[in-house]
Amino acid sequence: MKKYKHNINAEIAYTHLFSKKKQTFIAALGVTVGIAIFIFMNSLMNGFEVASIEGLFKSTPHLRIYKNDVLSKSLIDSPDSTKVNLISNPKITSESKKIINPISLLKTLKNEPEVMGVTPNVSANVFYKNGDSEVSGRVSGVIIEEQNAMFNLQSYLVDGGYANLSGYQNGIILGVGIAEKLNLKMNDNVTVTSALGVNKLMKIVALLETGNKAVDKTLSYINLPVAQQLQKQSPSYITDIYVNINDFEKAKTLISKYENLTGYDVEDWETANASAAAANKMRKMMAFAISLSIMLVAAFGIYNILNMTIMEKLNDIAILKAIGFSGKDIVRIFVSEAIIIGIIGILFGLILAFILIILMGNMWVGGDIGFFPIRVFPKFFGVGIIFGLVVTFFAGFIPARKAAGLDPISIFRK
Amino acid sequence: MTDSTIILSTQNVGKYFYEPEKFKVLTDISFDIKRGEFVTMVGKSGSGKSTLLYLLSTMDTDYEGTLLFDGENLTKQKKERLAEIRNEKIGFVFQFHYLLPEFSSLKNVMIPALKLGKYSREEIEEKAYKTLKMLGLRDQALKNTSKLSGGQQQRVAIARALINNPKIIMGDEPTGNLDSKNTSIVFDIFKQLTSEFNQTVIAVTHDNDFAKASDRIIEMADGRIIV
Ligand SMILES: Nc1ncnc2c1ncn2[C@@H]1O[C@H](COP(=O)(O)OP(=O)(O)OP(=O)(O)O)[C@@H](O)[C@H]1O
Ligand SMILES: [Mg+2]
Repeated sequence: MKKYKHNINAEIAYTHLFSKKKQTFIAALGVTVGIAIFIFMNSLMNGFEVASIEGLFKSTPHLRIYKNDVLSKSLIDSPDSTKVNLISNPKITSESKKIINPISLLKTLKNEPEVMGVTPNVSANVFYKNGDSEVSGRVSGVIIEEQNAMFNLQSYLVDGGYANLSGYQNGIILGVGIAEKLNLKMNDNVTVTSALGVNKLMKIVALLETGNKAVDKTLSYINLPVAQQLQKQSPSYITDIYVNINDFEKAKTLISKYENLTGYDVEDWETANASAAAANKMRKMMAFAISLSIMLVAAFGIYNILNMTIMEKLNDIAILKAIGFSGKDIVRIFVSEAIIIGIIGILFGLILAFILIILMGNMWVGGDIGFFPIRVFPKFFGVGIIFGLVVTFFAGFIPARKAAGLDPISIFRK
Repeated sequence: MTDSTIILSTQNVGKYFYEPEKFKVLTDISFDIKRGEFVTMVGKSGSGKSTLLYLLSTMDTDYEGTLLFDGENLTKQKKERLAEIRNEKIGFVFQFHYLLPEFSSLKNVMIPALKLGKYSREEIEEKAYKTLKMLGLRDQALKNTSKLSGGQQQRVAIARALINNPKIIMGDEPTGNLDSKNTSIVFDIFKQLTSEFNQTVIAVTHDNDFAKASDRIIEMADGRIIV
């Protein structure tokens, strides 16, 4: 019976779209706006989140391995737990902060697949002095190339380069807050005094500005051997090992593994920066809630405008049914119309989102942030496309199926 | 049970409307229509002619009783099958023409045939042109139907109803908007289809001469058939 397959459904859909160009355009515009806002807002929030996290990781490693202070135990422990030891001498042992055999530990850690960077560190509390003025703070003895590779140190040096330190044994990369307080500038000398009374005259080879005032007012970087000398220690003396991994979110899950591996204590960045981590968590939850609301609003907007376009064609649906088009044909016609409108709308939505992101990204906020931290995240463009297609599909499918199930006469009677 | 000379048969068909209040529009409608018959249906305005015609054409499935068509029981038939039947075997002309406004007259006429897929596009186009020409609309073929006069639209709707050579053509006042010349053209077409091609026509009309010239008149009053 059916000898020819004239693609009449497609022809009808095409005619509907092209004979009412303005209406098609407006419907597509609805999709465009929905998609663009969806992508733009998600990129905005994610950019903000990434920027905040990046700020945190300017000076904090994902994981820090260190030897905790320990109290010396009672000389003789009573085997009976109900009895109390009366003779006890709790003191912190002097060797406690030292990590033994750091070279082989570093090697072991480097071999872990998730580890992206490892570097040893000697941390010491010091006084910075210039003439009579003095500031207390902390020096971090580092292997500067490794430190730079892990923390991108160079990007927040305001003056000088990180490489100056390797060329100058008694160089120091000084926090801008300290420099300001002591009225120091590049190439000036500063006296660093450790708790053990060791004095070093050091030359400022770079200035550091992380944007975090608490850090900039206290921290400076010096060469590892100099830090060891400040602590009156041998070249094998290490207080911390900094570890960066491929996904900082997984830091917490690796603590016990590294504790077993090294035999030392391990602290993740969230524990080290409890308030920053809490803020990060809050931001994430907020971002999720906002993203969900935007999704709902965008979906509703797209659904509404497409639903309206189909409802306007209700009479056509009744006529088509009267002359023998089945419910399936009707659904096919109107779903393909919705999808075509959707595709046009999505394409323009992607372009619009891209433009908005570029514009926003070129806005100067200043401070340590610089340009507004929004970026083109391909992920959101992908999600935007899928989201748009799913919504337009259902925006076509639901009303079309409702209309397709009706007797043509009941549509005319409305 | 089926008599092959009967194309359409109703048994105790009834229908209610529920808005604004429950009332029975059609009561106990039972009749047979033979193949090749040219039947007209008359009756006062509001007597239920359109309502009945919608049931017969399967476009309204909310009724009681039984409807047999071309040897098939259509009551409780699946919607998809009813759509196929409407496409292939029934040509319907509405009281208010109901054409697709975005398409040309020619396309409107062609669409049911393109849907059916029995002939090639060229054959369909030729047949559509021929039918439009027969109804005096050759020069209107490529015009959008939204730009046609009421009588022209009605003739396009008739052409559309004829395109698939349906077993039955149902018209709800198919000549209601036509002048006497066009009315007689349509009448002659119906007459020829029934007598020469054994197709069947049921036409609602208020035109007494039109009714008298048909093979048989069914008269309705208050939702019942009286003749
Ligand atoms: N959707 C509806 N809801 C309620 N009542 C309706 C509806 N459609 C029609 N009616 C009523 O049903 C009755 C029959 O209507 P119908 O349209 O079948 O009349 P008709 O014989 O075709 O009249 P006309 O010659 O004026 O076209 C009328 O009383 C009308 O008011
Ligand atoms: Mg009527």
